[in-house]
Amino acid sequence: MTYEAGKYDVIVIGAGHAGCEAALAAARMGCETLLLTINLDMVAFMPCNPSVGGPAKGHVVREIDALGGEMGRNIDKTFIQMRMLNTGKGPAVHALRAQADKFLYQHTMKETIEKQPNLTLRQGLAEDLIVENGACVGVVTKTGAHYEAKTVVLTTGTYLRGKVILGELTYESGPNNQQPAVKLSESLKQLGFQLARFKTGTPPRVHKDSIDFDKTEIQPGDNNPKYFSYETEYMEHTNQQLPCWLTYTSEETHQIINDNLHRAPMFTGLIEGTGPRYCPSIEDKIVRFADKPKHQIFLEPEGRNTKEYYVQGLSTSMPEDVQLRILRSVPGLEKAEMMRSGYAIEYDAVVPTQLWPSLETKLVNNLFTAGQINGTSGYEEAAGQGIIAGINAARRAKGEEPVVIDRSKGYIGVMIDDLVTKGTNEPYRLLTSRAEYRLLLRHDNADLRLTPLGHEIGLITEERYDRFLAKKQRVDEEIARLKGTKFRPDEAVQAMLAEVGSAAINNSVDGLTLLRRPEVTYVHLEKLAPPEVELSEEEKEQVEIQVKYTGYIEKQLQQVEKMEKMEKKKIPENIDYDLVHGLAMEAKQKLGKIRPLSIGQASRISGVTPADLSILLVHLEHYNRVTAAAHSS
Amino acid sequence: MNEDTIAAIATALGEGSIAVVRVSGPNSVDTVAKLFRSKQNLRDADSHTVHYGWIVDPRTEQVLDEVLVTVMKGPRSFTAEDVVEISTHGGIVAVKSVLELVLRHGARLAEPGEFTKRAFLNGRIDLAQAEAVIDLIRSKSDRAFQVARRQAGGSVSKQIVPLRQQLIELIAHVEVNIDYPEHDVEDVTADFIRSNCGTVLKEVNELLRKSNEGKILREGIVTVIVGRPNAGKSSLLNALARDNKAIVTDIPGTTRDIIEESVSISGIPLRLLDTAGIRETTDKVEQIGVERSHGALNEADLILLVLNRHEPLHDDERKLLTQLKDRSTIVVVNKIDLPGQLDLEEIERDYPKERIVFLSAKEEEGIDELERAVSAMFFSGAVESGDITYVSNARHIALLHQTKQSLEDAIQATYDGVPIDLIQIDISSSWESLGQILGDAAGDSLLDQIFSQFCLGK
Repeated sequence: MTYEAGKYDVIVIGAGHAGCEAALAAARMGCETLLLTINLDMVAFMPCNPSVGGPAKGHVVREIDALGGEMGRNIDKTFIQMRMLNTGKGPAVHALRAQADKFLYQHTMKETIEKQPNLTLRQGLAEDLIVENGACVGVVTKTGAHYEAKTVVLTTGTYLRGKVILGELTYESGPNNQQPAVKLSESLKQLGFQLARFKTGTPPRVHKDSIDFDKTEIQPGDNNPKYFSYETEYMEHTNQQLPCWLTYTSEETHQIINDNLHRAPMFTGLIEGTGPRYCPSIEDKIVRFADKPKHQIFLEPEGRNTKEYYVQGLSTSMPEDVQLRILRSVPGLEKAEMMRSGYAIEYDAVVPTQLWPSLETKLVNNLFTAGQINGTSGYEEAAGQGIIAGINAARRAKGEEPVVIDRSKGYIGVMIDDLVTKGTNEPYRLLTSRAEYRLLLRHDNADLRLTPLGHEIGLITEERYDRFLAKKQRVDEEIARLKGTKFRPDEAVQAMLAEVGSAAINNSVDGLTLLRRPEVTYVHLEKLAPPEVELSEEEKEQVEIQVKYTGYIEKQLQQVEKMEKMEKKKIPENIDYDLVHGLAMEAKQKLGKIRPLSIGQASRISGVTPADLSILLVHLEHYNRVTAAAHSS
Repeated sequence: MNEDTIAAIATALGEGSIAVVRVSGPNSVDTVAKLFRSKQNLRDADSHTVHYGWIVDPRTEQVLDEVLVTVMKGPRSFTAEDVVEISTHGGIVAVKSVLELVLRHGARLAEPGEFTKRAFLNGRIDLAQAEAVIDLIRSKSDRAFQVARRQAGGSVSKQIVPLRQQLIELIAHVEVNIDYPEHDVEDVTADFIRSNCGTVLKEVNELLRKSNEGKILREGIVTVIVGRPNAGKSSLLNALARDNKAIVTDIPGTTRDIIEESVSISGIPLRLLDTAGIRETTDKVEQIGVERSHGALNEADLILLVLNRHEPLHDDERKLLTQLKDRSTIVVVNKIDLPGQLDLEEIERDYPKERIVFLSAKEEEGIDELERAVSAMFFSGAVESGDITYVSNARHIALLHQTKQSLEDAIQATYDGVPIDLIQIDISSSWESLGQILGDAAGDSLLDQIFSQFCLGK
């Protein structure tokens, strides 16, 4: 029996990191939104590492924030440690990484969701999608609640036909022994979706009091850390950071693992799903890199009010007894009390080439998917897709065109384009190397890249947008001022240059020329020739980066310009590639499957050659001219 | 249309006539102006005007050729873009060096059929011709692809693959430093980058040096010398080589029964392959040699079938004559210094007179006649793939120059204290340029390299 449970504009199924962003975005854009989750206590839960950020991932959090999303604000409110990574490298790869109080993180997110107007949070296990005339129009839960919707977003994480594997033991389960979503997977299959089977895993957790920290190295946070959100000004807990601790596996660890490989599901064939290469289990690492004498283990607190410690580096699906022996072979963990064991989890994912770049499925209109269901891994990757799926589900519900972020505008754009154009044969993790315009996609300029878009779609308030514009203006004006400021070879200037170890100048030079010298910073110039109003730290940083790396930035901008021309050449959705004369067979098949929306996207499909692209261009030109002629006559 | 600027040889390669390098795109005038010395500054030239002058290498001011340059501004040109055409002296040497120079100064080599494609996309070609334009692109691309694939196994590829491997290992190392900053992977230092890029740069310079001397071996028409044992194949090879400054190949690690020399005949580059004598045999070792000879024949653009005039026609030779009559084959009747026993009628039945050459390899008599026959075949178009081989070679040289530039930039950046993630941009460019030389054969997965080279994970 089902009953009518309500009508919504947007329904989001799953309240993990993707679902929370999707639901908040849709509600903030004015859509009546329902967020369904199997267990209300699991909202924004971190089933694996208690941390957010790092290279590429941290960039995504900044991008989410620049678009008006929640993850950045939420981690700022709940971090227990904050570090800027890669500070010795270029500005593009500086990356913020936070350790989260994972319990506070989820409670804070839940509170935000509960307070959000237009947003309803409900516990319920979605089992069936209602599809009429090729479009998704609602959802039915296990308890018979029938919700109608204009659009539906699926963010099922690892719950979709989830199966936990722990040594010889396997059982149907979502993460952390939650109920899995089994019927929904069947529903997707019946709708014709091609599903992949992926695997991920998590390490055991140990009791803090059982760790001998003297045998480990301390890993403290930054003293004056930055925050993820452009809106965060100061957080009191910044001064109460908790350290992480570093130790290593021992010879004994490797021996125990090698002796027990016959019980490792990775090698007994119990695990069918494809695991990510970048996140291997410890047994996998030891088999594949047999020469490496030891592996790093980081011990990370899971929160302020818990004794649980996450053992990063020991992800494993070995039987529980072996896990305990492995743990106790690690210096510092000789007396470890294992509070939870590690496990591997297999789950269903939708093959992501079945999606449009808007994250709407090609098979069912008004149905969107985001997060692990799309074959990704990681909270940040999930949240990044979540906000886009939420935005586009809301825009669809309102009858507006979807929003797509270019590869040159954000890691979110890189990720989604990779997924829908190339697909993935392992859980997809963002890496900075996946971005071809890495220097443009910096941590510092996420607002410059995306806040105008966030404002346009209604996620950035007028007040915040004005602040953003003012900042941008001050940066631009300061760069112009430096360009117009002459520094003469006088005593003060030469003294500064000598002090930083830079060659003296013979003639007057402008500020930009000086600032491009590797040794000279904005602060040096500011002292010699201060602006009328001192800039904020962020603005100074922006001026310095934009000036110092002009050469490289220009080069990348030229490449972007070239690519944009290709992106602007649109391909009609209804094109029948079989009828395009001259295309190679392989190109016909690939193009027909992916159905790229532009020549640019087509160019990224493997197996589509430059000759195929040329032929497609000629075909489109022909088609356009014929269509134009038909319209004019 | 604001596309990049492309260039190619627009005329069929032919001896004695004029050859034309066509340049099209927004920078075409500027690109050629850098290389053109004349009373007229090309940048100020009116559209549809012709200018007399010289093409020089701006680095050395060395004159390459005396030329006529035609400027046609868009949209009143073939492609509707700014087009500059450089008419050089005929033959190969001049037009080829001019093209190479243009490619090094802002233009890239046009893809097969690209001028026509642009003309169509810019509305210069009638709608009804769309299918013909597509057919042109398809056929030219397919042909270029075949040549490229064959070249992929060539000696330059063999030298480029390890260079790319060294670069990608370096890139993977840099990337791991960036994406896994807390992993216990050694930091990439400026010294490390310098020494790796330096090694590759040295090799690239060596390749460029060879190419400047025309020594790039993949360049050239694959010419197989075939015949019975003792017909005089090796003597012919040596005679051709002596006459044409042969370069003895130095492909490391290749030991085979086929001897290879590169020669240039009237500017046409030939890769001469001397094969083991072909005959029916039961000797295992010799059989392998004979099989290889047959393999080489299948790959050949041009075949020199050597017959011994001093002996009557053998059955093996009859078979070859039949087998090769529809290929680009020249019958070389050798040993004219000795009394003749060969029945020529049998040969003349299947082969026209201009494809039969009489000579004595030993006495080096009649070699020039063979050379004339070869160039006649080449220029008549009877030898396939010549121009593609040739032009792709100009592209490779341009790509090698790009690689060199990127590596030099990377090395310079290490001295300037530029952070590794920016230096990586140049290293990656050099890796990509080398990859474009290999074309389809280039493996491209950085991530595969990262995850096989380093143990990463949480």
